[in-house]
Amino acid sequence: MSSVAAPARFGFHRPAAVDEAVRLLAEHPEAVPVAGGTDLMVAVNYRHTRPEAMLDLTGLAELREWTDEGDSVRIGSGVPYARITAELATVLPGLAAAARTVGSPQIRNRGTLGGNLATASPAGDGHPPLLATGATVEAVSVDGTRTIPIGEFYLGPKRSALKPGELITAVTVPKATGPQQFLKVGTRNAMVIAVCSFALALDLDTRRLGTGIGSAGPVPLTAPDAERLDLPWTDPARFDDALAAEFGRRVAAAARPIDDVRGTAAYRRHALAVCAARALRRVWTAAHERTGR
Amino acid sequence: MPEPVETPTPPQWAAGGVGQSPIRPDAESKVNGSFDYASDLAFEGMLWGHTLRSPHPKARIRSIDTAAARALPGVVAVLTAADVPGKLHYGLIEADQPVLAPGEVNYQGEAVAIVAAETLDLARRAAELVAVDYEVLEPLCDASKAVEAGEFFRYQPVRVGDPDTAEAAVVVAREYEVGMQDQAPLGPESGVAVPADGGLVLHVATQWLHSDLEQIAPCLGLEPERIHMAMAGIGGAFGAREDLSVQIHMAMLALRTGRPVKMMYDRAESFLGHVHRHPARMRYEHGADAEGRLVYVKAHIVLDGGAYASTSEAVVGNAASLAVGPYKVEHVGVDAWGARTNNPPCGAMRGFGGVQTCFAYESQMDALADALGLDPLEIRRRNSLAQGDQLITGQVVEAFDPAKAEDGRPFSPLRDLLGRFDDIPVPAVPAGRDIVELPGGTGNTTHGEGVRRGVGYGVGLKNICYSEGFDDYSTARVRLELVDGEPVAYVHTAAAEVGQGHWNLQQQIARTELGVERVVLLPNDTKVGSAGSSSASRQSYMTGGAVKAACEAVRELWADRDLADGPVEATRVFRHRATKPMDPVTGQGESHVQLALCVHRATVDVDVELGLVKVVDLTCVQDVGKILNPVALEGQIHGGSAQGLGLAVMEEIVTDEGRVKNASFTDYLIPTILDMPPMRLRIVENADPDAPYGLRGAGEPPTLSSTPAIVAAIRDATGLPLTRVPVRPEHLTVGRPS
Repeated sequence: MSSVAAPARFGFHRPAAVDEAVRLLAEHPEAVPVAGGTDLMVAVNYRHTRPEAMLDLTGLAELREWTDEGDSVRIGSGVPYARITAELATVLPGLAAAARTVGSPQIRNRGTLGGNLATASPAGDGHPPLLATGATVEAVSVDGTRTIPIGEFYLGPKRSALKPGELITAVTVPKATGPQQFLKVGTRNAMVIAVCSFALALDLDTRRLGTGIGSAGPVPLTAPDAERLDLPWTDPARFDDALAAEFGRRVAAAARPIDDVRGTAAYRRHALAVCAARALRRVWTAAHERTGR
Repeated sequence: MPEPVETPTPPQWAAGGVGQSPIRPDAESKVNGSFDYASDLAFEGMLWGHTLRSPHPKARIRSIDTAAARALPGVVAVLTAADVPGKLHYGLIEADQPVLAPGEVNYQGEAVAIVAAETLDLARRAAELVAVDYEVLEPLCDASKAVEAGEFFRYQPVRVGDPDTAEAAVVVAREYEVGMQDQAPLGPESGVAVPADGGLVLHVATQWLHSDLEQIAPCLGLEPERIHMAMAGIGGAFGAREDLSVQIHMAMLALRTGRPVKMMYDRAESFLGHVHRHPARMRYEHGADAEGRLVYVKAHIVLDGGAYASTSEAVVGNAASLAVGPYKVEHVGVDAWGARTNNPPCGAMRGFGGVQTCFAYESQMDALADALGLDPLEIRRRNSLAQGDQLITGQVVEAFDPAKAEDGRPFSPLRDLLGRFDDIPVPAVPAGRDIVELPGGTGNTTHGEGVRRGVGYGVGLKNICYSEGFDDYSTARVRLELVDGEPVAYVHTAAAEVGQGHWNLQQQIARTELGVERVVLLPNDTKVGSAGSSSASRQSYMTGGAVKAACEAVRELWADRDLADGPVEATRVFRHRATKPMDPVTGQGESHVQLALCVHRATVDVDVELGLVKVVDLTCVQDVGKILNPVALEGQIHGGSAQGLGLAVMEEIVTDEGRVKNASFTDYLIPTILDMPPMRLRIVENADPDAPYGLRGAGEPPTLSSTPAIVAAIRDATGLPLTRVPVRPEHLTVGRPS
């Protein structure tokens, strides 16, 4: 491989502010941004990648803040999963539940949502709730700031809409306007890469469903057909298992899974149908307990 | 009146002696991180070695061009098979594995070339520059086809009575499969070779220093006396450190460069660089009378040994001799093979041939119980071997306490253990559980939806120590001397502390036998005789026995001496009773030293819609003969049970046409604390009069019985037949992949 010829010493840049970081990124296009390092350093250790330079983001305090924007929360790309779980569970319950399933406590202390997006693995736990809630990704370069709707962010396995020279600085996630669920299937009871995962957000204001499917396609997916399912809003008691099962079927149909070492395509579709039906039943029940109907 | 006879009284059992749980000598450093594992070693002027491995399961090597690698600045040596100084092959039983592939490769990961460079990164880059021209060949990956083609390391039949004509009221016939489990020790293979006085000092983390030396020296073309083997800190073993890994390679590089050379595998290389547990396909047929008493058992067992022999021969012997478990049966027809394929080599792993057949025979006992409408404990009671009965090899069950005969019937150690469950209730289903207590855990997959509970039992029978006529021994040297006016015992053995607590036990034995408080353990090395391997649950028995014998000798010498006149020292070699080989046609022979039993009851919650499993309780009843250290013993039972749980529900090296698909801890899953339940233990002491202190080896038996117990519990919850481990979520839902 060509990287064999690369110099043994590599560059390490540690900016103190975002504008400095993007300037460095423009000057050193070979530099790979690193925050928690929970993806990148594993790849380096396995020699899947051998970066010539790294851009250390841990000196950027502004990336480690989240702010309440009224109807949404702007989460700095350097906020670790542990804080999302601990601090945002009330306003972003789906994302907080997903953050709780990432790796081990040590990984959740270091790993960040920005890193999840930058890696853009279809198995990343953060993606389904971002899709289900219609989040936006903020990317900054020397040319300015760009906002990318989450639905346009994922282009392929480990490929995103992020351009060279762009740094993910934040993700803006609408606050929950109803119950949300995140379910992740793995062959171990913790610390496991998703075999498949599903996020559901029920918007009580607009009476709409938002969906997100993980680890069952080349990119994280939504299930538009399932989102269009007619629900008995005026007579919630009419909700039944058949409706939940139909929702599950539509979610499974939206998936594009493959057979791999973690699970078979057939199992992934089956598990998504089960998870989606359970998620819908849970959010429906929670919504109508909450509103007293 | 006659004079009272002066009988020598053993010294008072000292604090921290046998039967107690003193804090182990390596506890503090292992907890605070200061313990030196083999991977922590560093020497002045040290080079780093790296191994180039074959990407192909089978290929002919047309040529190897090392010029580009050698030209890289900082690279000091690049060696291939042509550079091996002595014998070209090594092996634990049969020397059939090339030090470096001479002209062909027979598995993915086989070592082809080695590099020494100034840094590890440089060594890895140089290995990438070695150009190997492979002619890729079709690999043989199906173990049954290999056996049909005559490609096997051993065939061992067992024949008793007439299994083909015996008549049974109930017959259960099934096929079982066990996936390839890995020992997954957390410490990767690592060591340093240091040139010294025309020879070498090898710092290695191994299970058996002297066996390593016997294999290393001929390949290096060195007299064994010129190699000093020094034990480096071991980060887990479980059988993975029986075969050589870095040893000869780093020694070759050190001899060539004249500098210390360190080798350290990363996780992916570790998965490729050590043997695994043999995967197995087993066809079993059990016939029983109407009361559930076994009439005959037929078993066709194919273990996949992979490309090289390793310990396949001995694993096949265990699988065959223990093929029906601790049950009495008159007619037996067992055929067991260890196939030679182009899959990863398989060898020693905790349980060693006993694990695979235990899953099959215990599943068969449950299937028989189902067919007859019997309770799973009852069918096992009815078939339990008792004192004086014979194993299928003709070996008589003995060394259990005959004083415990029940109602005129000979004592049955298994019935004894099974009876202990009567007063241990199955745990109740608690109300209001957190998701971490449910299948799927933090994945939030169930709040109770689809969850069903199941209970199952498993019994395991394991041979302790090496079998089949192997002349096994251990050596201990003990010196007692005054230090500041106080007697201090120095214990010197070559026994590997693999985490089991053996160092602690040596100190406990010396305290008990000599009545001294201070016991200093000298470093484990080859300046003392062999201790044998830290394998086969044998070190408490063998090196424990040797330390005890050496202490007894010192005690006798001490009786006639004042320590002020100088130290007292004794070296003793300890042997267990002799065993015999298995007859190659009938399998008959007193092949085992000691037998150990363990019984598990597993309680599981299964999300039957998603196929996710949570083991909520494991209760274990094990006969250990004599408890030497309660804390260490409990650790062994917990650990063995966890490894069995791993095989039941998640641990498998997945291969596709000989290629490993999951050589990482991302995809080779081992149980976490959320997967392994708290255990309830009932430890039974039916002493073995032949063994030191009456002990019975304890490390392996729990690994056998926890797997079938958990699978039985999953069957109970789901009603599915489940004939393969690990049980995967798709097996419980959409069916096996095609």
